[in-house]
Amino acid sequence: MATGFDPSGRLPDFFTNAGTSSFTQFLSQAAPELLPGRRPLPPGLSADIAPHGTTIVAIATAEGVVMAGDRRATMGNLIASRDIKKVHPADSYSLIGIAGTAGIGIELIRLFQVELEHYEKIEGAMLSLDGKANRLAAMVRGNLGAAMQGLAVVPLFAGFDLAPAEGTAPGRIFSFDVAGGLYEETGYEAIGSGSLFAKSALKKRYRAGVGTDDAIRLALEALYDAADDDTATGGPDVIRKIYPVVMTATSAGTHRLTDAETAAVAEQVVSGRAENPGG
Amino acid sequence: MAMQFYASPEQVQRDRSEYARKGIARGRSAVVLSYEGGILLVAENITTLRKISEIYDKIAFAAVGRYNEFESLRRAGVRMADMLGLSYDRRDVTARALANAYTQTLGSIFSETQKPYEVEICIAQVGATPEQDELYRIMYDGSALDEPGFMAMGGQAEAIAAVLKERHDTAADLQTALVLAAEALGSVGGENGQARTLTAKQLEVAVIDRRRPGRAFRRLADSTLTTLLGHESVPEAELGDVDSAPPAPSEGKPTVSAAPEADETKSE
Repeated sequence: MATGFDPSGRLPDFFTNAGTSSFTQFLSQAAPELLPGRRPLPPGLSADIAPHGTTIVAIATAEGVVMAGDRRATMGNLIASRDIKKVHPADSYSLIGIAGTAGIGIELIRLFQVELEHYEKIEGAMLSLDGKANRLAAMVRGNLGAAMQGLAVVPLFAGFDLAPAEGTAPGRIFSFDVAGGLYEETGYEAIGSGSLFAKSALKKRYRAGVGTDDAIRLALEALYDAADDDTATGGPDVIRKIYPVVMTATSAGTHRLTDAETAAVAEQVVSGRAENPGG
Repeated sequence: MAMQFYASPEQVQRDRSEYARKGIARGRSAVVLSYEGGILLVAENITTLRKISEIYDKIAFAAVGRYNEFESLRRAGVRMADMLGLSYDRRDVTARALANAYTQTLGSIFSETQKPYEVEICIAQVGATPEQDELYRIMYDGSALDEPGFMAMGGQAEAIAAVLKERHDTAADLQTALVLAAEALGSVGGENGQARTLTAKQLEVAVIDRRRPGRAFRRLADSTLTTLLGHESVPEAELGDVDSAPPAPSEGKPTVSAAPEADETKSE
């Protein structure tokens, strides 16, 4: 860390100057090696050297948003992890899920969590939901070089907007592309290798203004459909009792469903599929 | 030829100390004390510019003196804490490490620059019990003190600390601790040495909650303060929250995230 090298023992100027309220911008001066996307990579494609995370779905509800992610990480044809957690709270009112290179994704989530908390502490106020999404887009953009060498990571961001524009619902979903493009989605969105199937399932089942409980069921049905047709997405593992991570963001803040709650819904889905495999 | 006047190092240090002390004495005071449920930070402050702030999960910052100077120190603390927490783990961020960085920084500013900082700061870290609370008081010249359970900073710190010393009790509840803090701050500065009664509007108050997991810092709002100062208790859930009020959406903001809104502005 740079602090140790000033002979006077004084914190360097970039710690004390008024400068920026952004933690990543501060890190780019103080410790650029802590930022993903700043590391030199050997030439060539390195897609298969690290585990990949897969499908995440998000659904806007009457009360806010629901986000769910399966638990599988893969490396080529192998399962790298059965119980990876790819959906996390970003701050007290928003959620983030990742698909792509798991290591960089987890690092991006940690950095984004600190970014939001840092702004809150420096400025004494929370960023707006759009502000948070824009910051995340900038961070994804920073990873473009690595993405082009196969270490791509794409987040899905959703949250409860404490001050929504008039006439709009408070639950909002944002998706991103590897170049840092930011798109607000209506109703639902999915990312990752199984997203095609998850979105197809949601297209038929989603209705605007769905309640949170119904949306949780919808999310697990969509993940089941993704796991059904995509080998890189894990279905509910009833043998090991590993179920998708399901989180909500509402006016009461973010909340992760307990394993027992998720298990109950997942088992309904599984028994429903035993009667009609197509759902 | 210009005359070179000799000033002894002692004289230079004395002058700087006196300058810093005078600057600090012009501002209003602040107190920090442990109570049963956490650590209470109270500053006399009628402005919206803050003297008390969250640094990390269990760590808070309070300061008196020149605003621009302690604000830059506060930012440095938040930046350092977040960087340590990201590099290691949230549990590895300690008040002691921050206090050390502050003493080094203030010490070198005091001895190397023309003008010393006119600030006095407190770094407080809440523990599982009042005995495990840590209060570090760092002076304008970089000297640091580890205070026992309570401390006062500012121009008339000694008089205020005397009131606290007499009545401070780590087993007191929040309401008792707050009333004590307000009375201690009001014990100085009145006309003809009379005590003043401070109201919620004149105080900036925050607590680091001993029992709250994760980020334990919360600010107490006006209405809550008025109730507590009126010797009534407030339920735990209504104590207020971290700084989380989001900014209101601006009209016709320049950067919208999705395309549809841009189309609407075109049709107008």
